[in-house]
Amino acid sequence: MTSFIQKRALTSLISLVGLVVLVFFLSRLTGDPAALFLPIDATDAMREQFREIHGLNDPLLVQFWHYIVDLAHLNFGESIRKARPAIDVVLEGFLWTFQLAVITMVLVTGAAVVVGSLAAFKAGGFFDRFASFVSLIGASAPDFWIAIVGIVVFAVSLGWVPTSGTGTPLHWILPIAVLFIRPFGLIVQVVRGSMITALSSAYVKTARAKGVRTRPIIFVHALRNALLPVITVIGDQAAALLNGAVVVETIFGFPGVGKLMIDSILQRDFNVVLAAIMVTALAIFIMNLLIDLAYSLLDPRIRN
Amino acid sequence: MAEHLLEVKNLSVEFHTAAGTVQAVKDVSFHLGRGETLAILGESGSGKSVSSSAILDLIDMPPGRITSGQILFDGKDLLTLSAAERREINGRRIAMIFQDPLSHLNPVYTVGWQIAEAMTTHGLPRAEAEAAALKLVARVGIPNPEASLGKYPHEFSGGQRQRLMIAMALAMKPDVLIADEPTTALDVTVQAEVLSLLAELQQETGMGVLIITHDLGVVAEIAERVVVMNAGEVVETGLTRDVYKSPKHPYTRKLIGAAPGKGAMHAPLPKAEPVLSVRNVVKNYGPFRALDGVSFDLMAGETMAIVGESGSGKSTLATILLRLNEPDAGEALWKGRDLFQMSPAELYKLRRDLQMVFQDPTQSLNPRMSVYELISEAWVIHPDILPKAKWRARVAELLVQVGLKPEFASRYPHQFSGGQRQRIAIARALALEPKLIICDEAVSALDVSVQAQVIDLLDGLRREMGIAFIFIAHDLPVVRDFADHVMVMQKGRVVEMGTVREIFDHPQMPYTQALLAAGLDPDPDVQAARRAERLALAKAS
Repeated sequence: MTSFIQKRALTSLISLVGLVVLVFFLSRLTGDPAALFLPIDATDAMREQFREIHGLNDPLLVQFWHYIVDLAHLNFGESIRKARPAIDVVLEGFLWTFQLAVITMVLVTGAAVVVGSLAAFKAGGFFDRFASFVSLIGASAPDFWIAIVGIVVFAVSLGWVPTSGTGTPLHWILPIAVLFIRPFGLIVQVVRGSMITALSSAYVKTARAKGVRTRPIIFVHALRNALLPVITVIGDQAAALLNGAVVVETIFGFPGVGKLMIDSILQRDFNVVLAAIMVTALAIFIMNLLIDLAYSLLDPRIRN
Repeated sequence: MAEHLLEVKNLSVEFHTAAGTVQAVKDVSFHLGRGETLAILGESGSGKSVSSSAILDLIDMPPGRITSGQILFDGKDLLTLSAAERREINGRRIAMIFQDPLSHLNPVYTVGWQIAEAMTTHGLPRAEAEAAALKLVARVGIPNPEASLGKYPHEFSGGQRQRLMIAMALAMKPDVLIADEPTTALDVTVQAEVLSLLAELQQETGMGVLIITHDLGVVAEIAERVVVMNAGEVVETGLTRDVYKSPKHPYTRKLIGAAPGKGAMHAPLPKAEPVLSVRNVVKNYGPFRALDGVSFDLMAGETMAIVGESGSGKSTLATILLRLNEPDAGEALWKGRDLFQMSPAELYKLRRDLQMVFQDPTQSLNPRMSVYELISEAWVIHPDILPKAKWRARVAELLVQVGLKPEFASRYPHQFSGGQRQRIAIARALALEPKLIICDEAVSALDVSVQAQVIDLLDGLRREMGIAFIFIAHDLPVVRDFADHVMVMQKGRVVEMGTVREIFDHPQMPYTQALLAAGLDPDPDVQAARRAERLALAKAS
């Protein structure tokens, strides 16, 4: 197990290094931060001084070298915009996104597993058709549209929830509801398909021959076998949320890492962009490990 | 007349499919008494499994529908009971074991949990159920029962898994045990052990056993009475011995006549130069030695049968000879050239000479290709064999040669029966005019009557075209009918090799003797004599 983690960590590290290099140079292609940070009427001397302070006058390779050396000391550099260590800014945003992702995925998984299983049990029946219809719509609806309609209906017209921002638990309802829909639709479909296979399997026949009741057949015998492919999709969806639900965070003014990243790119706050990429990459790496762990917990055949 | 324990009366079952309504079971009746063993004998599609599934409410409805009949158990008609009432009977009064224990055990739960569940489902406290599970596992002969309870199905051998299934089925001491092809997936020696275990347990518990099988040998070994089914109907029923000795229905006669292992064995062939000389082939999978110095010679027009149980290395040998798998040592001289040393260009030519027919034609034929495409694909790969203008005519010829109609060329594999598909696979192998065909369990998946036809076809090709065969099989009677030479393998080694008469009439090695003794003869008298011999041997030791 440890050697497995080491191997995985090494391959992930290689791709992370590649990514950092790529983003470092690409982001500098977007232009000069001094042009955005200083007021329009700033003098050339002021701009020059700004570049000097932030080391933007050095040749690119020298800048990169400095960045790598700092990184080796776990120094992610300063955020130009916030004048604070970039890593602090990112971790703050990431914490918001993390909470949003965890709450959403827990709700999605619970709901999708129950709905998908029941749909599979009476495949072709009314509930199945209804669930398939709803989940298909959910899986294919664009989230920016749902978000805007959600705001119009529930925040503006009905006034049940705030339109955007944070502060009260009510602020969480709309973003979670919007983020819920697409993964829910997808995972219901996967659970349903996987459960139909599991329910028609030979071991379910054995359970029926033993006289096992319907509910344990669905949720004990079939479900645990059916969950393996489902976990892969849950992992994919969770990764997408951890990356920051850019659109949803932006629409709801939610201070997560996705919104942070977009803002930082637009404002050429390079250190924040790089730190955000590294933090989310680490989070996704850890989550993938957890998924592998879940696999081996669920299926004894993978354990060795 | 006394009430029967279980009686199926005029049962009819139909299935509604996209292709229309199929009458799977028509007006079937049979009965089973306490302590009795009844066999339902039939080939695939005979309705034997459907009739037994109906007893435990295991038919999926829809698409299935029971259109008429009664299933009387203890005087009550099961078909009139509620689902909950039937669940009470399932596992507690009537239990079932299945053909493939690996897929019938839940892969993600320990066997201890699964056996205990058979009891907790019917109200036993968990602790009591676990204690009982331990006793059951020990009773069915699983080594180290305590540790076994915590293991998962994939950690056991095929025979052990079937023993575990039996333990699970017997947990509530049922009155009736239904066994659906319980030994079909097992090696012969294991099959014999499992059948004797079933017989012993029946004596201990006095349960009635309903055994569903396609194998006359299994019927002869274990059943007192037999019901013969064909195309959803009962064609004949009676005492096993009477039915075997004087079958009344033409189908029964055909079935008994098709049983392999009754014809004359091949006379030894005159000595000639071998086309293939295999010397000291070794193959390791990590620390495990799959092949340990295998050597043999094969002449043109000769059939070398390789027999052995699972894990003996026989299939590994086949894939190595086809260079689908690389050996660690040894050589195989094909017309004087070592085929293990051949370059890709030489191998390409060799592929024409060496063809393979696999066990399961459903999997080895691409379902999206028509028969014409399947057979002519060989000429796409080897374009110098036949100009394209002649492909149609040659496909038609090949189809006739394997006993199919030329117009089948435009059809797809799913439109054929298993036996027909295997003929297509053979036609495909013949398209390249090979000198050697390797058959890996090529007839094991086929019904007995079809099996005989395919063997006849292969033997004809051998005689008329001088094709050499390497025939890998676990089924000894089939080997007896088809082979010139027999090589017996165990754990990667050649145990014994000789002409078919030497091996079957005068086996020298204890392993070969055991293998032959474990084989089941379709004749109940022969089987009874063997059983007595086995018991005497067991008592003596």
